[in-house]
Amino acid sequence: MTTHSSGAAGPKHKFVEAGIALLIALFGAVVIVGSLKAGINWGAEGPRAGFFPFYIGLLIIVSSAINFWHVLRDGDGELFAEWVQLRQVMSVVIPTAIYVGSMPFTGLYLASIIFIGYFMRWLGKYRWVTVLGVALGMPIITYFIFERYFMVPLPKGPIEEWLGI
Amino acid sequence: MEEIVNLFHGFAVALQPFNIMVMLLGIVLGVIIGVLPGLGGANGVAILLPLTFSMPPTSAIIMLSCIYWGALFGGAITSILFNIPGEPWSVATTFDGYPMAQQGKAGEALTAAFTSSFVGALFAVIMITLVAPLVASFALQFGPAEKFAVYFLAFCSFVGLSKEPPFKTIAAMMMGFALAAVGLDSITGQLRLTFGFTELLNGFDFLIAVIGLFGIGEILITMEEGLAFKGGKAKIDLKVVLQTWKSLPRYWLTMLRSCFIGCWMGITPAGATPASFMSYGIAKRVSKNGNNFGKGEIEGVIAPETAAHAAGTAALLPMLSLGVPGSPTAAVLLGGLLIWGLQPGPMLFVEQKEFVWGLIASMYLGNLFGLLVVLTCVPIFAAILRVPFSIIAPLILVLCAIGAYSVHSSTFDVMLMLVFGVVGYLLKKCNYPLAPLVLAIVLGDKAEEAFRQSLLGSQGSLGIFFSNPLVSTIMVLGLIALFWSGIQEGFTRLRRTRTAAA
Repeated sequence: MTTHSSGAAGPKHKFVEAGIALLIALFGAVVIVGSLKAGINWGAEGPRAGFFPFYIGLLIIVSSAINFWHVLRDGDGELFAEWVQLRQVMSVVIPTAIYVGSMPFTGLYLASIIFIGYFMRWLGKYRWVTVLGVALGMPIITYFIFERYFMVPLPKGPIEEWLGI
Repeated sequence: MEEIVNLFHGFAVALQPFNIMVMLLGIVLGVIIGVLPGLGGANGVAILLPLTFSMPPTSAIIMLSCIYWGALFGGAITSILFNIPGEPWSVATTFDGYPMAQQGKAGEALTAAFTSSFVGALFAVIMITLVAPLVASFALQFGPAEKFAVYFLAFCSFVGLSKEPPFKTIAAMMMGFALAAVGLDSITGQLRLTFGFTELLNGFDFLIAVIGLFGIGEILITMEEGLAFKGGKAKIDLKVVLQTWKSLPRYWLTMLRSCFIGCWMGITPAGATPASFMSYGIAKRVSKNGNNFGKGEIEGVIAPETAAHAAGTAALLPMLSLGVPGSPTAAVLLGGLLIWGLQPGPMLFVEQKEFVWGLIASMYLGNLFGLLVVLTCVPIFAAILRVPFSIIAPLILVLCAIGAYSVHSSTFDVMLMLVFGVVGYLLKKCNYPLAPLVLAIVLGDKAEEAFRQSLLGSQGSLGIFFSNPLVSTIMVLGLIALFWSGIQEGFTRLRRTRTAAA
């Protein structure tokens, strides 16, 4: 992963797409294995649970094989995306993964405040006042709209418990 | 005649003060959703679905469908002013809308877009009013084989009509079916495809898939492209509106044609996006101003907008009368019906008259209100787009998380949402269509049930799907739709050889 100053480097579209086709085929194989476990033949009450998914799995593998073949045949040297762009994408995916993963422990509100704050401060480079305003304001509004007005409970953590909300 | 009486009852329901309030709220939220990149109609409705759990079902569906109308209107604003399609179905609107805005005719373009959207929707609603009850009463006689044939037709039209390569459509669709199969098998009560994970006992909820695939995936794509707004100012005054309205009747033929294209594409689940492109393409070929298309021709705004809105509205016809949604957003609305305890399909017209006709009446009113709201408030909505993406993006992500959590009050679903998001990003980049995937998750169980029940009746013979004229007709239509692109190619080749011979 070298950083070219031109910024025009990146994975080839052809390879990514071929990889995706293989992954989809793998998914199809998993479906077939699962269906075989559930039984794909006829039982006392008609077709058994694996009957339908088994053929779905077969269709997934067949169509992926065709897609794979098409990519290898028609693929050109086009880029899937530049590394710089992919880094942009990862700069959203990784914080979101941490956000989502910590939610069961911290609750929605604390995690959201940190998440929004991080995003605005480090990616958007806003002043702390603006950052705090939005990062605190949004969860508070959310609390009133969802939990108070529409009575939809949201995940809470130790802090909410301590506050007694 | 009975329909008219029912419709008036519907208006009485829709005109209750609470429902009018909900309608306006839905429209405003919908336009905001339509304007914001990364928040589309389908996942916007999915995120806000939990808000309606405590409402009566009629108000709930009115609000959600109004969000949908609002999103359809909103997509046009960003396309014309900023050259950024807020929704996939408004891509075709940018071709002529943005050049018009650059020439200082943004007001005309917006008025034309909104008005033709309204015309398209109105046409589709009138069609729904007249046709839906007939289809529903007809569908009441359907057995399992006929039901499966309808699903078959719906999915085949996807393969044949979508612009993505057919085998990618099939792969995406079958993944949806496979995901739908995970968990408890509804017929035998047996567990399958869970591989011992207790989280998978209940299978995959399609709402999570919608929020992930369309919401998170869309944000990732927007992040990759990097957003730079350089856009025109929006101002519509009454004079421009009236002037544009005066010029619109000239394009009645384009509008009518686009209405038909839209309705057709909306009922067969091809959706609003291909409808808008097809309508634009045909208008360009047929119109005497065809050479001006792409340089700021008002007809190039009218054609795709009319078709997109007609298709978006018509997508509710099969959802209401057959229980087969014509678009991802219609699928989310159908999911809502199930959550409120209503069984979508022909029985709705018998058992839930107030609900169905309230919804249909609200379509008339919602689109009228929508037109008024967007005409008067364009500058406000355009201002939303000036809020930088680094503020909007985390807020949307948090909203998506809230939406995903509140479906089943499960944090596992929120993680699943992110996985779906990354998958959606990759699939979309590789040109796999997402709509059939979502529709297959929604309809998978029902399609399978119908399929297995039909086979049970016939002791495993596939002949049951061609056992009577009705079911054979639907199946043959499905097969034609499946091989449509091949058939079309054959025709063109035939014509070409004939002209070559002559």
